[in-house]
Amino acid sequence: MAEIDSGTAVAIYEKMALIRAADERFRSSIIAGTFTGIHYSPRGQEAIAAAVGMHLRPDDYLVTTYRGLHDQLAKGMPLRELWAEFLGKSTGTCKGKGGTMHITHPPSGVMLTTAIVGGGIPVAVGLALAAQAEGGDRVTVCNFGDGATNTGAFHEALNLASLWNLPVVFVCQNNTYAENTPFDKGTKASSVAARATSYGMRGETVDGNDPIATWQSAGEAIQRARQGEGPTLLEAVTFRFMGHFFGDPFVIPDQVMKEALVRDPYPRYRKRLVDDGRVTESELDAIDEQAKAAVEDAVRFALESPEPALDELYRGVYAEEVAS
Amino acid sequence: MTTQEAVPATETLTFVAAVNRALDEALATDPAVVLWGEDIADGQGGGVFKTTAGLSSKYGDARVRSTPISESAIVGAAIGAALAGMRPVVEIMMMNFIAVAMDQITNHAAKQRYMSGGQRGVPLTIRTVAGANGGFGAQHSDMLEAWFAHTPGLKVVVPSTPHDAKGLLLSCIFDDDPCIFMESASLLYGAPAGPVPAAGERIPLGRANVVRSGSDVSVVTYGRPVHRALAVAERLAGEGIDVEVVDLRTISPLDVTTILESVARTKRAVIVHEAVGRFGVGAEVAAVLAEDLYGELLAPVRRVTGGFAPIPYAQNLESAVLPGEADIEDAVRKAVH
Repeated sequence: MAEIDSGTAVAIYEKMALIRAADERFRSSIIAGTFTGIHYSPRGQEAIAAAVGMHLRPDDYLVTTYRGLHDQLAKGMPLRELWAEFLGKSTGTCKGKGGTMHITHPPSGVMLTTAIVGGGIPVAVGLALAAQAEGGDRVTVCNFGDGATNTGAFHEALNLASLWNLPVVFVCQNNTYAENTPFDKGTKASSVAARATSYGMRGETVDGNDPIATWQSAGEAIQRARQGEGPTLLEAVTFRFMGHFFGDPFVIPDQVMKEALVRDPYPRYRKRLVDDGRVTESELDAIDEQAKAAVEDAVRFALESPEPALDELYRGVYAEEVAS
Repeated sequence: MTTQEAVPATETLTFVAAVNRALDEALATDPAVVLWGEDIADGQGGGVFKTTAGLSSKYGDARVRSTPISESAIVGAAIGAALAGMRPVVEIMMMNFIAVAMDQITNHAAKQRYMSGGQRGVPLTIRTVAGANGGFGAQHSDMLEAWFAHTPGLKVVVPSTPHDAKGLLLSCIFDDDPCIFMESASLLYGAPAGPVPAAGERIPLGRANVVRSGSDVSVVTYGRPVHRALAVAERLAGEGIDVEVVDLRTISPLDVTTILESVARTKRAVIVHEAVGRFGVGAEVAAVLAEDLYGELLAPVRRVTGGFAPIPYAQNLESAVLPGEADIEDAVRKAVH
């Protein structure tokens, strides 16, 4: 197993800090009433995206879901254009027509963000097939939650990926809840990774709250995919602290929340980095401040950006304009 | 039949051979074109309807790829490949099976160009065999074009002849948006062979074709009923009723201009399609006529369509549920008298 160097370990923290700052700003905007859309907070899942993202190049493909802020930022999406898209502005990555659940940004490899649970998994298979056909060593990472593993699309897509030995890593961010249903109330299998066996695929479970363990497992899976050794189903077990959507009235049982908080990757990783002598507390504080400043800059950019012009409404339904 | 290189302009092909020739030409033209579907490679029979016969032998099993029975994953993967720059052509064996892949088609293929602010489109063609063909019953016989025509972002094409099948399929494959290309089960082997466009020639999408000019009444139709409408028109010509037949060819985008131009002249319209009438293409065409030609029409617009029932198995019931020549003739007579 690869040993992580301090530079990478701290770089993972930087990504986690940026994700956390963006997510906190998003939530505070909702509380303040300055943002009225819907937000699926990744709070608790930062480590997975940050660790996986370390292994990815801009030309690698990424597919994620409506809970995708962490994955998008870790893949290197520009924060300003991302925030402008959240606010439905013309400067957004999708000109304000996609929104929080439909982020696309091919220059950074974010090819699809889907709001349909399980819907992105077959699309990732096709991206990987195209990469395989063109040669080279581009990989596709497909993120989804544990709930998606009970959709038909998951099973069909994993079978295809394995059958065709495609360069794709399926990252199941198992936050133990499918909307409001706990994992064991919706899935008889003991783990998501165990399902890989039925597709003749490599499967692995990793502690998604441990950034270094996740970095190691993701690194191996991505390396295998790059070398033509086929797909992996990587289950990263984590937790989702802010409910299905932010403001969700569903209450997570006290005991479940208490146990999850002990495993919260953010404070735990801070402590570990300092204890291991990789970085000082004040250096981490500086990283946090930098992240917050970057987010404030993006918020300012988004707020100052104009709304889309009304003639944007029917543009892009087709490549060529068709009478509505 | 699939490996000939020289394609004379006057070549006459059956419907199934015309589809095969279009696929062959597309594969030869552009390395980004790939074909995926259940049993489409020669090792698996070259497709249940043989439309892909010979192509995997010519272009290899990687480009002409047999897939498992996984419609959702086949279409979804084709969307991914299209986003990455390929031009996948997917065969969904029977149109009813497309229901299994609806999320991929309507939520992903149709919307990704728009949702991404135009950053990437989905140049995907889905070929599928549709329509009743004698005893296949309710789950292998539907014409579902209205489902897709009702979805912004998709194009829907229904050819009626080998000529149009070849020219329109090539246009679908090289179109930058997702196209649903419907091959009539009865026309694949039942349509008369006919001349096809020369290599390199395509028929543009979104343009209807006036297949018979007339002055008394316009029959607006597409697919198999085009042939029935033409037979009725010939018969009525002997009685001095001059029927114009408009073959829509593309359902979406709808060629409103040609429809209005025709009916503005004849001032009478009969719309014919095999799919159920309620909320169907005929309802849309009738609404267009009402909006633009109200006051000029000399007779109510009539629809001759499939009945509002699943396609039944028994041959007499199947025939009764579909619009036949007698139904078309009856509607035309009512329109002109």
